[in-house]
Amino acid sequence: MAEQVIPGWKKWLEGSGDQVIFLKGFFRNVFRGGFEWSEFVRQCYEIGYKSFMLVGTTAFIMGLVLALQLRPTLINFGALSMLPKTLAVSIVREIGPIITAIICAGKISSGIGAELGSMKVTEQIDAMEVSGANPVQYLVVTRILATTFMVPILTLLGDVLGLIGGFLAINITSNVSSLLYFHKCIASLDFTDFLPAFIKTIFFGFIIGFIGCYKGYNSNRGTESVGLAANSAVVTASLWIFVIDAIVVQISSLLFYK
Amino acid sequence: MEEPDKHTEQKNKLSTSKGEIVIHIKGLKKSFGSKEVLKNISLDVKRGENVVVLGKSGQGKSVAIQCIVGMLVPDGGTLTVFGEEVSGMNEKQLKQLRIRIGFLFQGGALYDSMTVRENLEFPLTRVLKLKDQVEIDQRVKEVLDGVGLLDAIDKMPSDLSGGMRKRVGLARTLIVKPEIMLYDEPTTGLDPITSREISELILQMQKKYKTTSIIITHDMECARITADRMVIMNEGEFITEGSFEELKKSKEQFVRSFFN
Repeated sequence: MAEQVIPGWKKWLEGSGDQVIFLKGFFRNVFRGGFEWSEFVRQCYEIGYKSFMLVGTTAFIMGLVLALQLRPTLINFGALSMLPKTLAVSIVREIGPIITAIICAGKISSGIGAELGSMKVTEQIDAMEVSGANPVQYLVVTRILATTFMVPILTLLGDVLGLIGGFLAINITSNVSSLLYFHKCIASLDFTDFLPAFIKTIFFGFIIGFIGCYKGYNSNRGTESVGLAANSAVVTASLWIFVIDAIVVQISSLLFYK
Repeated sequence: MEEPDKHTEQKNKLSTSKGEIVIHIKGLKKSFGSKEVLKNISLDVKRGENVVVLGKSGQGKSVAIQCIVGMLVPDGGTLTVFGEEVSGMNEKQLKQLRIRIGFLFQGGALYDSMTVRENLEFPLTRVLKLKDQVEIDQRVKEVLDGVGLLDAIDKMPSDLSGGMRKRVGLARTLIVKPEIMLYDEPTTGLDPITSREISELILQMQKKYKTTSIIITHDMECARITADRMVIMNEGEFITEGSFEELKKSKEQFVRSFFN
């Protein structure tokens, strides 16, 4: 019998439906008793601490490069004194959160996708389920909550290191004291710069964990599917990060930056 | 300590006497897309019995035991375990049933991010909800000693050989003292000596823990050692059954081909 060809839109709808069911399973298990604290802490360490060097280095370089790129343009406009303010606002509002989230999508989401995909292939998830344990609570809930908790913290650290990178760039080209630089940076930021950026990093963290877990948990049998799960997790999570970013920026523009 | 007591009490209440049928399968059907994997299988397994299901690869043997434990939902037929219809069970009932059934996967399915000790502690703390660390340690050591791997207690699964992984997998399954054991090709991928050791261990554990077992295999030595009764599966159906010696003398070419 010839294999029935399923149209793309139907597959997309089925996939979306599966994601909604998976999401429902996550929320049902979050509020169920017996939260896996030790696994949550372990995941926070794996996800947060082990990503800090990568996020920190990237943010530092981004701050440095941004300062070097902005400087000539601001000189042309006679607005070099605006450099710390421009750097601080762009790093805190956009560059910090988005760079951190994209790096985390590449490192964490793919890692979770590959790990759970491999557990699926080697029947570890089935073994957990068949033993009467709850694999969603142990594997999925802890990972999604750990990314939701750790990505905002990584972003804050990334912001600070980005500003330090910017200071280094400014200090290479001109003689500005660190006190003056950081005073100008902090003075140029207010609550409306921090809050929307912080809120969107929570959503970024959630989507990074959710997509990684969904792709890994629902990967097919076979070693090839582990690679596919990891790859698909990065692509989908990155796409979602930009979609969430666009939505949050729209909402925060309407609320705060009229 | 409240939970395990409740569990034992429930187990005793639901326990059936020796010789009574604990797994009843009648006219079981299962298809994947257009492929009919289980056509019409029927089987009764009595308490304490070791039933070996023999058949070529890809004939649906594993699908049958996955239906027993509720991993797959059959398309038709009746499947009762301890007198309860499996497909009609809700999540809670299924969890209770799974505590009473042990499932040994082909590769052992050890959690590779945990040590052997943590693998064995996992069902005790997550399924039986044991809190007393002294009791947990005692049960872990007892069951590991039973499979002869007490020395490997702090090793990672990646440091174990194929045979050792299966032993640890068996220990992890037996630690919750299940009443039924389902073995999915327990000796596949092992050398003949280790295969024999695993088969003898299965028999030894069955006697020690007094479990009812279904063993899926195409290893005749494993079947000879472990089987009280054998059923032969072909193209999604059980075609014949009997003891090892009876089937060895079978006149049917397909059955004889397993023994040659």
